Amino acid sequence: MRRFTLIAIPYFWLLVLFLVPFVIVLKISLSDVALARPPYTPQLDLSLGWEGLRTFFSGLDFENFVFLTTDDLYWKAYVSSLKIALVSTLLTLMVGYPIAYGMARAPNEWRPTLLMLVILPFWTSFLIRVYSWMGILANEGTLNTVLLWLGVIDTPLQIMNTNTAVYIGIVYTYLPFMVLPIYSALEKMDESLIEAAEDLGCSKLAAFWLVTWPLSRNGIIAGCFLVFIPAIGEFVIPSLLGGSGTLMIGKVLFEEFFSNRDWPVASAVAVILLLILIIPIILFQRNEQKAREAEG
Amino acid sequence: MKTPFLTLTATLALTAGLAQADEVRVYNWSDYIDESLLAKFEEETGIDLIYDVFDSNEVLETKMLAGSSGYDVVVPTGTFLQRQISAGAFQPLDKSKLPNIENMWDVISERTEKYDPGNEYAINYMWGTTGIGVNEPKVREILGEDAPVTSWDLVFDPANMEKLADCGVMFLDAPAEMIPAALNYIGEDPDSHDPDVIAKAEEVYMPIRPYIQKFHSSEYINALANGDICVAVGWSGDILQARDRAAEADNGVEISYYAPDEGAQMWFDQMAIPVDAPNPEAAHTFLNFIMDAENMAAASNYVYYANGNKASQEYLAEDVIGDPAIYPSPEAMENTYTTTPFEPRVQRDVTRLWTKIKSGT
Repeated sequence: MRRFTLIAIPYFWLLVLFLVPFVIVLKISLSDVALARPPYTPQLDLSLGWEGLRTFFSGLDFENFVFLTTDDLYWKAYVSSLKIALVSTLLTLMVGYPIAYGMARAPNEWRPTLLMLVILPFWTSFLIRVYSWMGILANEGTLNTVLLWLGVIDTPLQIMNTNTAVYIGIVYTYLPFMVLPIYSALEKMDESLIEAAEDLGCSKLAAFWLVTWPLSRNGIIAGCFLVFIPAIGEFVIPSLLGGSGTLMIGKVLFEEFFSNRDWPVASAVAVILLLILIIPIILFQRNEQKAREAEG
Repeated sequence: MKTPFLTLTATLALTAGLAQADEVRVYNWSDYIDESLLAKFEEETGIDLIYDVFDSNEVLETKMLAGSSGYDVVVPTGTFLQRQISAGAFQPLDKSKLPNIENMWDVISERTEKYDPGNEYAINYMWGTTGIGVNEPKVREILGEDAPVTSWDLVFDPANMEKLADCGVMFLDAPAEMIPAALNYIGEDPDSHDPDVIAKAEEVYMPIRPYIQKFHSSEYINALANGDICVAVGWSGDILQARDRAAEADNGVEISYYAPDEGAQMWFDQMAIPVDAPNPEAAHTFLNFIMDAENMAAASNYVYYANGNKASQEYLAEDVIGDPAIYPSPEAMENTYTTTPFEPRVQRDVTRLWTKIKSGT
């Protein structure tokens, strides 16, 4: 009985915060847009009993999903989001791995402080941190002012409102999610393995590739998924730092919902996005499970 | 249509000294009132005022369409008001509870009837125009002394835009205003709902698109004031706010606002009571308080937008009533146009065209 209660808690959580909202979104995605409150039809009217239920279900169809295939905007937005998420994940890995490595190799007494420093930015609102990047990257911003003063450039670099700014924003924001799992994988590593490799004739570089990298693989995979999954649906960073040409599915979703007031099409876009995300999430879980089995 | 900063729901809850059961919840645009009025309302009426702010019509509309917003007074812009009235989002005003309604200005009331026949559901709060904000010295330096700052040529003529691009040009990210502006420029009806006419806006935007740095509805205030950009197509009061910020910063930036000669769009922010307002009685009290001549004048003096209240005009500061950028001359007011909301199908075409203009896709 106690075991059942324990299992019930996470399932209840999933049911209330994931499954129920998903069913509602799925239902709206099968409805039609209407000028009413709420702005879609049909509405479920339980007071009519079975008859109401029947008319409700006969009013649902897959029209909105078909509509998504008639305009290449949606396809392009999904592809462009995947691309931006993929590139920023790789960039985050390139920046995050050396940081995690340095932290894991730092003297024992420094590590809690270093860990603290990685987490510290979370104490400031995410929105304010993105706004400060706007101040740094703007044409009259800190970066350009310093570079002009140093004489490195003659005219200000146009970084703000471009995809470069979006990459900088995503890498900056998600860096801790990459650093922490890699750090935890590297920290657990037995350093005598490196000594053994070197004793057996490995160069420092070869020892890194043959020993350290494979041992930190689970951390890398976890970090990549933690960055990649939220980056696909990212809305705030591209809308604040990106230019008007930055096409991402989050922005398309916003426009369907707010500008077109088309909740049904917006829901269809969201359902497809979820289906796209389920694949990496399943891969991620499988990897976690394998890691646990290997440890256990 | 006031949109500084991303203060999506910066909540300002004012609590009066006395404990009262009565409360009214008001949802208005950010930075859109003299806050001392809020305290004055509580003092005079004994009603607790809970004041929340938003920064886009779309956010407000989503709350209205979803229902049960919990607000007693909201402030949509004309076209949005009209659509929300058809969706059944508002309740008719009980004018017997609004004695101050006689203060309203017929010049504005006549125009708002287009959205709300008989002005049955809403009263005008503020109104303004959509035009061009110019960093005067820089633009004249680039285009010469005879730069066409009072004409839409400044931003719709590719030859001018090519030269201004390096200095920075931003446009509002508001298709319902920017597409009519382009149609008006090429001599079409700005309020056209014909998809073929609307499609012509593309030909206006495509040649200038490479020279537009960004489409955004609030960033231009800071960008203009800091000198990051030279030209912005935006809302009158916001550009005047940029002018004041630049003057305060004393950074050599001089901003002017122009409602272009070819015609500018006029818009109206209207106060209405949601159909499911928890306290419609107190909502009426609030509307009546706002329509008081001195209160309305205090609000306009603070936010630099014109209001639809005739009686308030004698209390307006000289730099408000005397500024043609805020209160245009009767002739200039004739030179404005208004628009009506698009049908859902046309709206989809408009949004799609706008995405194409913005992203090239």
